[in-house]
Amino acid sequence: MFDVPDDLRAGVRAAAPLLLGVTPFGLVAGVAAVEAGLSPAQAVGLSVVVFAGASQLAAIDLLARDASLAVVVLTAVVINLRMSMYSASIAPYFESFRRRWEMVCAYLLTDLSYALAIAKFTEGEERGSSEAGEGPGVDGVTDRRWYYLGAAGAIWAVWQAATLAGVVLGAGVPESWGVSFAVPLVFLSMLVSELSDRPRAVAALVGGSVAVVGSGWPLNLGLLGGALAGVVAGVAADGRVA
Amino acid sequence: MTTTSYGPLSIWAVVIVVGLLTFVIRYSFIYLLGWVDGMPPRLERALRFVPAAVLAALVAPSLVDPGPSVTATLLDPRLLAGVVAGVVAWTTENMFATLAAGMVTFWAITFLL
Repeated sequence: MFDVPDDLRAGVRAAAPLLLGVTPFGLVAGVAAVEAGLSPAQAVGLSVVVFAGASQLAAIDLLARDASLAVVVLTAVVINLRMSMYSASIAPYFESFRRRWEMVCAYLLTDLSYALAIAKFTEGEERGSSEAGEGPGVDGVTDRRWYYLGAAGAIWAVWQAATLAGVVLGAGVPESWGVSFAVPLVFLSMLVSELSDRPRAVAALVGGSVAVVGSGWPLNLGLLGGALAGVVAGVAADGRVA
Repeated sequence: MTTTSYGPLSIWAVVIVVGLLTFVIRYSFIYLLGWVDGMPPRLERALRFVPAAVLAALVAPSLVDPGPSVTATLLDPRLLAGVVAGVVAWTTENMFATLAAGMVTFWAITFLL
């Protein structure tokens, strides 16, 4: 039998290098929320309830600009749609979990926890591939649930702590410093890491251009229109290559 | 950044609705496994482009603010700081370094020049 705390610790250890990136992002989420006029409880509540950085920053940004609530919700949800891919990809590995653990693991699903977990699970699968049967079965190498909870839980804890620190700091930072400029910089950093191939670059170029042209459109339709145009352009560019 | 005019009720509503819908997205296929075989390939292909398209649509209007002239648009401190941050992001792939480079450039241009 496997030692449970060991796998939990292995998960935390795997997440450790990424926490350096989570911290400034969480700080920005906290500072930006306070600067946008959210109360400390609302700012922390956003991080706890939603727990998805990019969508949180987008919601904060749109709330500050008094966009309609439907646009705020729609934009945040569109940003998080990518997580359905993670859900589909990781589902087989969670199949043996009890319902409530499935729900906890789903709540903790982020870009980072997905990337860490899927790397570990497929590695374990390859090592165990001499066994009969296909697909993920019982994995003797790692207790998946503890490993996942270790990695995703560490990310969760650091995210909440960083948001809280940002909320405290944000109250003391003068408006004139323009700290809210950190929000597009965080998006930019994430965008650059997304540009791994030509179709994605096309999606970004078209999405960004339409958003700039449409920045004066009502209901922030430039943002949604840009996103939609970008996805269509990406699919078209991908089809031409394939 | 300007301050929101929405009251606490609206803000909490946004927090809860976005949180619930995000949970539904995360839980979707974990819950459905056994009933469906996974995501339709065409949908999955389209979803791959969502992050790049949405992030670019969020970033671009914050950096590019078409001014009265091409020069004014290009010399906007936000665009210049964004270009520096973009280069740092590309070379270091480090969010902290990207934030630091962008903010320092932004402050240097707005406060010193």
